[in-house]
Formats: sequence, C-alpha cells, structure tokens
Amino acid sequence: MEHSNINLNLKVWRQPNSNAAGKFETYKAENISTEMSFLEMFDVVNEKLINNGEDPIAFDHDCREGICGSCSMHINGRAHGPWDGTTTCQLHMRAFKDGETITVEPWRAAAFPVLKDLTVDRSAFDRIQQAGGYISVNTGNAQDGNSLPINKEMADASFDAAMCIGCGACVAACKNSSAMLFTSAKVSQYALLPQGEPERKTRVLNMVAQMDKEGFGACTNTGACEAECPKQISISNIARLNREYLNAQMSL
Amino acid sequence: MAINNRIPAGELAQKWSTYKSTCKLVNPANKRSIDIIVVGTGLAGASAAASLAELGYNVKTFCFQDSARRAHSIAAQGGINAAKNYQNDGDSVFRLFYDTIKGGDYRAREANVHRLAEVSGNIIDQCVAQGVPFAREYGGLLSNRSFGGTQVQRTFYAAGQTGQQLLLGAYSAQMRQVSLGKIVEHNRHEMLDVVTIDGKARGIIARNLVTGEIERHGAHAVLLCTGGYGNVFFLSTNAMGSNVTAAWKAHKKGAMFGNPCFTQIHPTCIPVSGDHQSKLTLMSESLRNDGRIWVPKKQGDNRKATEIPEEERDYYLERRYPAFGNLVPRDVASRAAKERCDAGYGVGNSKMAVYLDYAAAFERYGKTEAIKTGKTNASKEEILKMGKAVVKEKYGNLFEMYAKITGEDPYEVPMRIYPAVHYTMGGLWVDYELMTNVPGLYALGEANFSDHGANRLGASALMQGLADGYFVIPYTIGNYLADEISTPKINTNQAAFEEAEKAVKDRINHFMNVKGTKSVDYFHKKLGLIMWNECGMARNEKGLKQAIADIRALREEFWKDVRVPGTMDSLNPELDKAGRVADFLELGELMCLDALTREESCGGHFREEHQTADGEALRHDDKFMYVSCWENKGNNEWELHKEDLVYDVIHPSQRNYK
Ligand SMILES: Cc1cc2nc3c(=O)[nH]c(=O)nc-3n(C[C@H](O)[C@H](O)[C@H](O)COP(=O)(O)OP(=O)(O)OC[C@H]3O[C@@H](n4cnc5c(N)ncnc54)[C@H](O)[C@@H]3O)c2cc1C
Ligand code: SF4
Ligand code: FES
Repeated sequence: MEHSNINLNLKVWRQPNSNAAGKFETYKAENISTEMSFLEMFDVVNEKLINNGEDPIAFDHDCREGICGSCSMHINGRAHGPWDGTTTCQLHMRAFKDGETITVEPWRAAAFPVLKDLTVDRSAFDRIQQAGGYISVNTGNAQDGNSLPINKEMADASFDAAMCIGCGACVAACKNSSAMLFTSAKVSQYALLPQGEPERKTRVLNMVAQMDKEGFGACTNTGACEAECPKQISISNIARLNREYLNAQMSL
Repeated sequence: MAINNRIPAGELAQKWSTYKSTCKLVNPANKRSIDIIVVGTGLAGASAAASLAELGYNVKTFCFQDSARRAHSIAAQGGINAAKNYQNDGDSVFRLFYDTIKGGDYRAREANVHRLAEVSGNIIDQCVAQGVPFAREYGGLLSNRSFGGTQVQRTFYAAGQTGQQLLLGAYSAQMRQVSLGKIVEHNRHEMLDVVTIDGKARGIIARNLVTGEIERHGAHAVLLCTGGYGNVFFLSTNAMGSNVTAAWKAHKKGAMFGNPCFTQIHPTCIPVSGDHQSKLTLMSESLRNDGRIWVPKKQGDNRKATEIPEEERDYYLERRYPAFGNLVPRDVASRAAKERCDAGYGVGNSKMAVYLDYAAAFERYGKTEAIKTGKTNASKEEILKMGKAVVKEKYGNLFEMYAKITGEDPYEVPMRIYPAVHYTMGGLWVDYELMTNVPGLYALGEANFSDHGANRLGASALMQGLADGYFVIPYTIGNYLADEISTPKINTNQAAFEEAEKAVKDRINHFMNVKGTKSVDYFHKKLGLIMWNECGMARNEKGLKQAIADIRALREEFWKDVRVPGTMDSLNPELDKAGRVADFLELGELMCLDALTREESCGGHFREEHQTADGEALRHDDKFMYVSCWENKGNNEWELHKEDLVYDVIHPSQRNYK
C-alpha cells in the first residue's frame, strides 16, 4: 500500500478527574504515517508528552481490533470518527489530510461521567445487562446442543444483534443520550431465540427500567445511533424492543 | 520440592468420572460462608465465577478493564472445538484427545487432555442454552468448520467472532449472579499480589485503577484466570493490556511456572508495517480452510501477485505436507513461512510476508452456488461474485479488518500474512485439580500451563478456558474447600496482608520516584525485540545466552531510568504499564533460561541445533519427556524441577503431517 507522512493539529479534551473542569488543549502530531491507526497516532503524541515531562492523554483501549468496545473517542463531531462501521482503534490515518485539525472529545452523556481526559465510566451498561440480559440456566442444566434446531434466519438475526460491542457510541451520538440501541440489541438477541422465551417479558421490562434509572434519555428515532454504531447494529432492533415492551406491559 | 500432579489412578477414560464421584463435597449451607476470589473475567474467569456463584459460594471478581465483558477472550475469532461428531466424519472423544496430544508434540498430560475432550461437548450444550448464537445450517442445526492439525470438522463458530459470543454468554451468566448478589465485581482493578498465610492463599492486594487506592481482599481460595503473557514480545496478537503480572506475583509467592518458553507463533497475521506498530492483528486460522498459501517460485520476484501465473507459484505447504496441506498445525506453518522468507522468496515491501489467496475459493464456492441456484450458464464474473458473497458470510469481518488495516481489498488481491506471537502454552504449573503448588491458589485458562503441550491446536484455547471454568473447577475446588469449612471469614488485618500491602506501595513509590528519562514503552519495545530475535520462532544456545545478558542489562537500566509521569493516586495508565513491564523483564529471562535448558525441539520450541534432515522439530523423548517446573529462588534465580510425562495410552512418535 502507498503511504506518506502527514502533520496534524489535535484539539484534545483534557480533564484531570470527574470533579474537575475540563478544557481543550492543542497538540501537534508530526510525521504521522498514514499506515498508523488513530490510536497509534495517539501513542506517538503521548510518547512525546512523556519525553517533555507532561502528563500523557488518558484513553481507554485494549484489543485494538474493533471487538472489545474499550476505545471511545468522539472525533470531529462523530463517535469513532469519519469511517462508517469502524471503531476508533480501527480508524487509520489514511482518513486524514496533511495539515488537518482534528478535534477529539470523550463520550458526552450524563450517564457516562468522564473519569479522566477521554476515559469515561460506562458501568451503567453493565447494570442494564444485570437487570435481565441473560438466560437463567445454571451450568450443567443444558440439553444436547442439536436437540433444539433453530431457524437459520432467526439465528443469524440474533447474531447480528449480539455483535454489539457495548462501546457506547450510540449514546454519544444521540442528542438525547439514549441507550436504546444498546439495550434493544441485547433484548433482540434473546427475543429472536427460543431459549429467550421463558423470560421474554420480565427481561424487556427490567432492562428498560434500569436504562431509565441510569439517566439515559428517551429515544426520538433520529437514527444517529445506527449511523455511528461501529458494528452497524440495526435500528430495527429498537422497533422490536418497543413491540416487546408493549406486549409485556399489556400482559401484566 | 516434590511434584505431585494428583492424577487419579485407574484407566484413562475412567479417571474423571471416578474423580467426580469420589471427590469431597461442600454442603450448600457451608458454601454460603465460603469466599472465593476470581481474578480475570475472560472465558475461564467468567465461567468459573458464574458457576461457583450458582453453587452458592460468595465470589468476588477482578479485571483491569472497565467491564468484565472486555476481557481479551472477546477477540478470539475462529472457533471452539468439541467432539460432538455431528458431521458423522469419525470424530470421538478419543480422537480429539489424540489430536490434541499429538498437536502439542507429546508434551502435555494424557489425563488432563482426555478430561478436556470428555467435557468438550457439554460446553457447546451450555453455550447454546445461554443463547450463544452459533452459526447454523439451513436445517437449523449447528454448523462446523475445520481447523489445523485435524482431519475432521469439529469446530463450532459464530462467524469470525466466536470468542465474543462465548464470552458474552459467560458474562451474561456472571451478570445474572451479580444481580442475585452472589458475585461482587471489581472492575478497573489490578491484582498486585497474592497473600499467603501458613502456606495457603488467603487473599490478594489490588489497586483501584481509578483512585489509585490499594485494597486488601480476603478469601478461602484464589483463582487466577488472568490470561497469557504473549505481550512479553511487545508485538503480539494479544490485547494491549494482556500481561503476566498476576501469574508472576503468584510465582514470586512460591507457585511454580511451567514450561515458560512454550510460545505459539501464529502463522497468519497481518505483517508489521512500521516502527509505530503497537500490536499485530490475527487473520483467523479458519482462513486456512479455504485460502491457499503461496510465494513466488522465483526469489525476489517483484511482480504483483495477480501478475504471477499459476505455474510460477509455490504452494509450499501443499508441496511439503500433501496430507494436511494448508491445514498443518501452527508451529509447522509458521516455520515454513519463515523458511521461505529467510530464503528470499517473501513478498510485499518488507519481503517478510507470504500470500494467503482466496481466488480458488471464490471460484469453488461460486460454482456450488451456481448449481444450487440453477444458474448453470453463469459467466466467470457472476460465479466469482457469488463465491465472494459466500466467503463474505463466512469470514466477512476478517476481510473487512484486513482492508481497514492495510488499505488493500482482499476480495481483489491476495492477503499478505506473516507469523506473529499469539498464545502462551506455558503458565503457572497446576495439578490435575488446577491448583498450583500453593494450596488454595488455582490457575485456569491460558494462565496455566496445562493442556496444550508444546503447541496448541486452533480452537482449543476457548475449549480449555470454558472446560476449566464451567466443568472442572466446580468439582475440584470442593475437594479443597471441604477441609476449609471451619475457617472463618479471612481477616485482612493480619500481618501477611499488611506486609503485602506495604511491599506493593513501596514498589509503586519506587516507580514514581525514579524520574528517569525513558518511557515505559521504550523498555517494552526493546525487550520485545530481544525476545523475538532470540527466543522467537527459532532459538539457539548462543542467542539465548546473549538474550539473558541483554535482558539483565535492560532490567537494570529500567529501574534506573524509567519515567512514570502523573501521580499514584489517580487514573494513570503509564503507572499500570510500568508494573507490567517490570514483571515482563523478569519473565523474559526465565523464558530464555527454559529455552536454553530444553535441548531439543518440540512444537513451537525450535532449537536450531535439534532438527531433522528436512527441517522438522527433533524431540529427544529420552531426556526431555517432562514439564519444566521452575521454582523462584528470589533475586532472579530459579531452580528447575521436572514432572515426568507418562504416556500410558498414546505412543509418542515423530509427528507426521505429510
Ligand atoms: C486474536 C486472537 C484470536 C484467538 N482466536 C481463538 C480461537 O478462535 N479459538 C481459540 O480456541 N482460541 C483463540 N485464541 C486464544 C484465546 O482467545 C485465549 O487463549 C483465551 O481467550 C484466554 O482466555 P482466559 O480466560 O484464559 O484469559 P483472558 O480472556 O485473557 O482474560 C484475562 C482476564 O484477566 C484479567 N487480568 C489479567 N491480569 C490481571 C490483574 N493483574 N489484575 C486483575 N485482572 C487481571 C483481565 O482483565 C481479563 O479479565 C485467540 C487469541 C487471540 C489473541
Ligand atoms: S449498539 Fe453499536 S454503538 Fe451502541 S454500544 Fe453496541 S456497538 Fe456500540
Ligand atoms: S480497542 Fe477494542 S474495540 Fe477499540
């Protein structure tokens, strides 16, 4: 692949901790190979900060393969940056032009408080899952895997929903900070499978209740979540959640 | 130190069932007053934590990520093995056992591996029941694919995201127990020491990575499910945070380290593109199912792949290993790639890469689709298009990942791949019950040394992690805890906790006060290079001795000159890294020492002095049929103990994949 080196200006949100006020700082990212990933560009900037005796920029990351859901940068006004269906760690510098200024912020949502710089607290997602994102089957209780044939289309649709990496970009993209795409993906995964049937109603009611309790906003169907979701989780899951919710409420 | 692996007596196939029906049990009322710490929430940790909580124990979990769901297991791509024989192609528990032992080049325990094969089927059942959306056939039944080192189709998968789906299944079971109050989570926490009292593990010291607070946690047993240490090489397919710290602290508290030099170099990864590289990305082994690996027949051929005609391509794996072809085990495939590149046949800018080509698969799948859909006179383009659609369904996410990283479209040009560090077979030594030689301290999943010998076959790490957590530890831990029911809640005000906490704090203070001139990464990269060059795919006496000297010097420099910015009482990723790299700098030396003393080649451990005439690994069973168990003597000195490997059922032979 052809590649070149570029120079960039970064405007990065710096905030020492959740209680302190934050502000933008500017940095120069020089001699950046277009083959680098966005986070490798941050590594270069941080290395320089350390060498200059300054505090490096804190950000969450781990797998750098687009699957763990750790990385979470809001880049030039878009969750995970300019490439569709791509996490911050899989975004590559080829996406930027020499001399460009890039603005990088943390996820902004009341339910995701900033811990430091670009690192936020997403434990609200774990609590939504705890409210019902499971099938109650103890280890050892299972029957033979093939004793329950499942229609391939349903299984595939369930898998498509289950691909959610829990990154929180949907919340960051939404003007109401709604967590509907995330929650609906989990509800859908189970609603589409026969194994999910016994707890179908309590699951959706409890997960939605927890979501509200965490302080996520309401969904007004603007679709920003789907557009910025790195796993392209379909907004049709939200419609399914709404149906599931109504059904469950009616039968209470 | 006497080594007791506690393998039950009796016939191989009966050992586990006999064990289960005779081991000690803890009654439900007593379980309620027993505390267990599970460090790590990957497949091994999450499955263990959930299963133990379901049984009634009080469980505390720890992980350094912000959520348990982000443990490195999430990144596993290709699949998980199980001896279900759903394909009617001759699979059985014995065959899975045999393939795994042979794949590991006869350096694993028969009893452990047989147990693994026995429970493999239960894992699939359990995951299906949890709602894991495995790939299915049109008839609604589970689908299988093949993986290297075997001739049957026994790998279950969920596109290229099998680890994600399995982990989210285990995580959901874990979250259920959190909601029931049986598991208390400690995320963004790093375990920094094991606390032992009267020789038994009684708790840990952990650092809250957000506030910097040092915490004491007591328990009747401690499980380390903390993953592998491939990041000692700096560049690997592991997640950035994967580290050896938990296992290393246990080692320094007396737990032996087993086979530290057994490292897996995976043949199909995206090659290094420059100095900025922070990690390497795996292209799942499942791609070798359908892809063909080749290099040009001419040295230094600079033509584009698509311009090199068929007859000028060397499909070297198919040429050298006709029986297994592209599906030889990983160690064999990696060495073969290195051999071709070293001999000047490599491709790409760096010439350190080979092609993984899907052109034939597009055509083959396209033709099948054409027949299926009745398009008998489809044009070549239409056939290719249909074939690409089939490949996309199977491996779409991997092809996409390749395109994003390299900027090339793998549907149009062959992928370039090269071997990279991927997995560590070595780890904490454990007995049949998964207990280290420190009573009450267990190691599960990749963190232990147990089942893969000198080379792990694909799709077997997920199997082992879940076997350990769902189906082994729930039984074996009872055998220990049955004698602990009268031990009251562990009081963390005891001297042992105080001392351990002080040592942890002193060390952190030390890091902060060095105020040197070089970043942690500077040292990590240097260490990685030493390890890759001297303790990587090929090793020799001279190189290993040099590496040991170099690592010692680097370690000394690190402690004098590392710069850790920020403060110790706040979120400080550089401080976290400093602790991990300090441990890698000790582990690296032990790995080289282990590689130096194992004067044979086996599996992924290739000593250049010991090879057959055609360059295959040459074992010396008469001298090295043992597990190296290293005891830490302090001050970076170790003593080697040997656990003899006894083969009752299988007769070790020269592995043959021809
Ligand atoms: C890219 C990739 C693809 C793979 N694909 C496959 C595959 O297809 N099939 C297969 O069988 N295997 C595969 N493997 C191997 C397999 O994924 C791993 O071996 C396995 O998932 C390890 O699981 P684990 O539970 O042992 O550890 P991990 O999943 O690594 O979990 C470690 C846990 O320990 C925690 N931890 C570590 N240290 C500390 C500490 N000091 N304090 C607190 N917490 C700590 C972490 O937070 C984490 O929760 C793959 C590996 C990679 C890298
Ligand atoms: S739905 Fe998409 S954006 Fe939201 S958490 Fe899941 S993967 Fe991230
Ligand atoms: S770092 Fe894991 S998804 Fe980006």
